[in-house]
Amino acid sequence: MRDAVARFVHDGDTVVIEGFTHLICFAAGHEIIRQGRRDLTLARLTPDLIYDQMIGAGCARKLVFSWAGNPGVGSLHALRRAVEGVGTRDSGLEIEEYSHFGMVARFAAGAARLPFWPLRDYMGTDLPRANPRIKSVTCPYTGEDLATVPALNPDVTIVHAQRADADGNTQIWGLLGVQREAAFASQRVIVVVEELVDEQVIRSDPNRTVIPGMIVNAVVVEPWGAHPSYAQGYYDRDNDFYVAWEEVSRSRERLARYLDEFVYGVPDRSAYLEKQPHVARLKAKERVCAGVNYGY
Amino acid sequence: MMAAVAARELADGEVVFVGIGLPNLACNLARATHAPRLVLIYESGAVGAVPERLPVSIGDPALVTGSLMVCGMADVFQCLLQNGRIEVGFLGGAQVDRYGNINTTVIGPYARPTVRLPGSGGAAEIAIHAQRTLIVAKLGRRAFPERVDFVTSPGQRPEGRTRRELRMPGAGPVKIITDKAILEPDEETGEMVLAALYPGVSVPDVQAGVGWSLRSRPRPTPVAPPTAQQLRLLREVLDPKRLFLRQ
Repeated sequence: MRDAVARFVHDGDTVVIEGFTHLICFAAGHEIIRQGRRDLTLARLTPDLIYDQMIGAGCARKLVFSWAGNPGVGSLHALRRAVEGVGTRDSGLEIEEYSHFGMVARFAAGAARLPFWPLRDYMGTDLPRANPRIKSVTCPYTGEDLATVPALNPDVTIVHAQRADADGNTQIWGLLGVQREAAFASQRVIVVVEELVDEQVIRSDPNRTVIPGMIVNAVVVEPWGAHPSYAQGYYDRDNDFYVAWEEVSRSRERLARYLDEFVYGVPDRSAYLEKQPHVARLKAKERVCAGVNYGY
Repeated sequence: MMAAVAARELADGEVVFVGIGLPNLACNLARATHAPRLVLIYESGAVGAVPERLPVSIGDPALVTGSLMVCGMADVFQCLLQNGRIEVGFLGGAQVDRYGNINTTVIGPYARPTVRLPGSGGAAEIAIHAQRTLIVAKLGRRAFPERVDFVTSPGQRPEGRTRRELRMPGAGPVKIITDKAILEPDEETGEMVLAALYPGVSVPDVQAGVGWSLRSRPRPTPVAPPTAQQLRLLREVLDPKRLFLRQ
């Protein structure tokens, strides 16, 4: 992880760590914080706790997003301080805001290497007034006005997955979010996996491959690398941590103490895990599927 | 009460876009009672979900296990929502106004907000595309202003124009389910008016929680209280820890 971040994540980059609730790579976010990256444009549909931590650690210049909360719990307070605190020492975070469909469409355009994506959306809302990058186009076939959003082509996208082979052929199951589109849209791709598997394992079930190795720059093996997010079939979401974050992020000092102990205070992910033995209770139960016949 | 009332709005076999919290309880209550073939779709990509535990978030792993389909979010928004496949969408928000416009973005001006709220998520497009939407929100002067500070999800008359003029495919909010009453849009003006009252609630009780001069249907209908079976399911099976029932 240290090498992958050092080599592929640079100051000033547009960085995407995707994953919708599922497979959010906290291990990569923590390594970026530890290496002191600055002036990043962080893009994700749901900034979640990982971007709250990165904003709190001073990595971000700009945030691109569509829903910024702590799901089912409350707010992301480091983010709120940065947005609400105009003129205070927390200020300075630029934001660019869409809806989920808008962000999904931005990645779809980026993945297809088109300049924009049309969508039937935003009529009657104030979002285009808040974000002038949401525009419209007249359909050349029907004459209909359609909303457009610009392509998003990150410098680097980091995707957490259940398994990949050494070449980066990556398989994901459970919620898929926009990982495929975000990876294809990106200039560089880092895949972080629970398990490194033999190429034959990938070849035995090719329909499950979401990201092909040809677009992957680095494969990092990091078991439990998504905690407190989850990996279907490996471990459950640490909902208690998400609840506890409300109080941690509310206070600038407690947030700094958290980063000191669990990010700056550990050299890597295995040291992070040693500090929280309770995560063992999150290990997933068995619900194995039967598989299919690929024969012909 | 709100969850039980919302559950009654769902017909068996309908396709519902589910939000977390009370809408999720309502959908699972309906599924456990009168609507066993309700198709629950979560914006995270779970289609036909049958959660065995109460999902804490919209991306809970329990939504995947046993579902009919799991698709990427590009498919959710393009092939399901924009395609017109969603019959009912649930929405909530910090502010709901006279025309059922919803604000989940900011309190105060956008550039210098007093309170920064989470933002749209999928709520803007659900409001536009779902064939009809149900709004679930507790009454209160701050929650029900005459005009929202920011229109995240358009209601019946955004910018003073009809949904048809703005070419929105869905019918918009057909009911606002509150903790005291149900509001519905007036067919002529799109304005939300008092349509039904919960047991023991008076018209002034409802007006006290609404920031505009609330008009009423000629005779607001009484809302039946939850049945014993609904209460038992909600309290003992669906939300035993009262994660969402307290709200």
